[in-house]
Amino acid sequence: MEKRPLDAEIASTTQAIVARSKALEGPLLTILHDVQEAFGHVPQSALPVIAEGLNLSRAEVHGVVSFYHDYREAPAGRHVIKLCRAEACQSMGGDELAERLMGLLGLDWHETSADGAVTLEPVYCLGLCACAPAAMVDGEVLGRLDADAVSELATVVRS
Amino acid sequence: MSVKIYIPGDSGAVAVGADRLAAKLETELNKRDLDARIIRNGSRGLYWLEPMVEVETKSGRVAYGPVKPSDLDALLDAGLLEGAEHPLSLGLTEEIPFLKRQTRLTFARCGITDPLSLEDYRAQGGLAGLTNAVAMPPEAIVAQVTESGLRGRGGAGFPTGIKWKTVLEADGAQKYIVCNADEGDSGTFADRMIMEGDPFVVIEGMVIAGIATGATKGYVYLRSEYPHAINVMNRAVEIARENNILGTSVLGSPHGFDMEIRVGAGAYVCGEETALLESLEGRRGVVRAKPPLPAHKGFLGRPTVVNNVISLASVPIIMDKGADFYRDFGMGRSRGTIPVQIAGNVKHGGLFEAAFGMTLGELIDDIGGGTATGRPVKAVQVGGPLGAYFPRELFDTPFDYEAFAARDGLIGHAGIVVFDDTADMLKQARFAFEFCAVESCGKCTPCRIGSTRGVEVIDNIRDGIEPDKQVALMSDLCNTMKFGSLCALGGFTPYPVMSAFTHFPDDFRPASMSQAAE
Repeated sequence: MEKRPLDAEIASTTQAIVARSKALEGPLLTILHDVQEAFGHVPQSALPVIAEGLNLSRAEVHGVVSFYHDYREAPAGRHVIKLCRAEACQSMGGDELAERLMGLLGLDWHETSADGAVTLEPVYCLGLCACAPAAMVDGEVLGRLDADAVSELATVVRS
Repeated sequence: MSVKIYIPGDSGAVAVGADRLAAKLETELNKRDLDARIIRNGSRGLYWLEPMVEVETKSGRVAYGPVKPSDLDALLDAGLLEGAEHPLSLGLTEEIPFLKRQTRLTFARCGITDPLSLEDYRAQGGLAGLTNAVAMPPEAIVAQVTESGLRGRGGAGFPTGIKWKTVLEADGAQKYIVCNADEGDSGTFADRMIMEGDPFVVIEGMVIAGIATGATKGYVYLRSEYPHAINVMNRAVEIARENNILGTSVLGSPHGFDMEIRVGAGAYVCGEETALLESLEGRRGVVRAKPPLPAHKGFLGRPTVVNNVISLASVPIIMDKGADFYRDFGMGRSRGTIPVQIAGNVKHGGLFEAAFGMTLGELIDDIGGGTATGRPVKAVQVGGPLGAYFPRELFDTPFDYEAFAARDGLIGHAGIVVFDDTADMLKQARFAFEFCAVESCGKCTPCRIGSTRGVEVIDNIRDGIEPDKQVALMSDLCNTMKFGSLCALGGFTPYPVMSAFTHFPDDFRPASMSQAAE
C-alpha cells in the first residue's frame, strides 16, 4: 500500500511529540495541537501512538479529538476562513455577509472547496466585537468587514 | 532623544489595519530621516478610533485616529511628531471624553505601556502589589482581598476572597491557581485586551493568589481563538521567569510559584470552571457535578483556585492601594470597578472601566453614542450569549449584580451587545438555542436535548404551527433547562430566549398574524 511510509512518518513524528510533552500535567491537548500543527490535521494513525504513549485507550483519545471543534480529521484547504457568527457580528449584518461569502465560494460551513483552495468555518467570537463583523483568515484578524471586503476576500483565496 | 509614537498591537487594532500602518510609518520615517521610534502598545479601548496613533509630546500624549496608511504623508507634513493639528487629530489622549470619564484601576496601564516591557510595568506602578504581598502572611492577603469586596468578574460574581480562603484552608501538598482565559462570550474582549495590552498584571495577580493560598503552580487556560494573546502571554511568562517574578524565589522571597500557558481547542463550554479543569487535564470538556468544589478537588483532584483573567488582574491594585481604596468604588454589594465592553451595533464601541452603578442607558446612549447605523436601539444583550435581551424600558437598570438579577438579567462578563430596530428577536432566541445545541458538552439531558427541541419549537412559532401551544412548550422547556442543567450553558440559555419573548412579543407572532394585524 502506498500509504505505509506515510503512516510510518506519522508514527515517528507523533512519537517525538508525545515524548516531548509527556511529562506535562494533562498533556493530551498540547500533544494534539502539536500533531495538528505538524500534519495540518490529526491523522487516524496518530491516535494509537498517542494512546500508547499516554497509557490511554484509543477510544479515549478519539473521544477527545472528536469533542473539540479545532481538531480536523482531514487537512483543511490552503486558506482557512473563520467567519464570526456570534451576536455582536450578527448585530452588524454578519448573517448577510455570511450568506454572501457562502454564495461566492459555493461552500457551506465546514466545507472545503473541491480544488482544495479554501475551507470555510464558523467561529463564535474572536473578541473583535467592537470592530464587528469580524473574521480570521489564515490566522490573521479582519474587522469592520463589509460586502466589498468579503468579495475581495473570496477573490483572493481563489487566486 | 527620539520621539515616541504609539500604534497598538492589540488584535482589535490589527484587525483594522494597525500592522500595515506601523510598517508604512516605519518606511516613511526612514525615508524622511526622522528620529522617532514606534512602540506597539495595547489598545486604549476606543475601538471606533482604531488604528489610533499617539505621539508623546511635552504636554502629553496626542492622539490621531482612525488613521489609514494613506493618511501618513499628510500627517507627517502637518507635523505629526510635534503633535500638530490635523483633521484626524483627537487632541490630548487623556482628554478624550470616552477615556476621561473612566476610572481605570484594572486597565490602568493598558494602552499606555509597551506590554512586554517590564521597565514600563514597574514605572507605572506594576509589582507594588506583589511586593507588599510577599511580606505578608497568606491569611492577611486573603483578608485584604475579601475586604475589598472583589467578586468573580467572569460572570458568576462569587466573592474572590472566600474562594481563596477555602483553598488556603484545604489540605493538600500541591495546590493550583488556574486562570480562566476562555473568554468566549460574544461582546466580551476585556480578557483579550488585558492579556495583549498588560500581560504582567495577570501574572502578578496569579502569583499573589499563589502566595495567598499556598499554591505553587499556575495555569492560564487560554482559548485558541486568541492567537495574539497566546503569543504575548507566553513571552511575558518567559520574561517574568527571567526576572524572578516567577520561579523558586518570587522577588527574592521564600515563596515559589511558576506557571504555564495552555491553549484550548475551540469549545465554548470549557469556560465553565469544571469543564475547563477536565480539558486542562486532557479530557473532553465535560462538566463535573458540584460538589466537590474545585477549591477542594480541582485540577488533578487537588485544591484549586479558578479565577477569571479580570478577577486576577484586579488583585495587584488591591494589594497595592488597599482593600478600602478598592471597596470605596461601586454600589451595594458590587464593589470596585467593572470593565464594561460596549460592542455590536454601536457608534462608540470599546472598553469602558468604571465603578459599578452606571445605568445601562447611560452606557449605551451617552457613552456608546447610540447605534452605528444611526437607527433606534431596539435591544441590548448584556452578559454574552447566555445573557438577557433588555429593551429600552429597562435602560434605567444600574450596572450591579443584584439589580440585574432583579430584572431577570445578568451582568456576566460585562459585555453589552447593541442591536438596532432591524433586529428580529425571534431569530435571536432561536440562535440562543442553536448555540447551546452546538456547544453543549452533552452531559446533562436538559441542555443536550432541550436545546435542539428549543430550535424546533421556535421554528414552529415562526411558521405559525399551533403558536400558543408552542409558546407554552417553550416556557416549559426553558424552565426545565434553567433548573435541570448542571451548568450555566443549559441553565442560562433560557435568559436570552425568555427575555426576547417577554420584551418583544410582537416578533414571536407568526408572519401571517402580524401582517393581518397591520
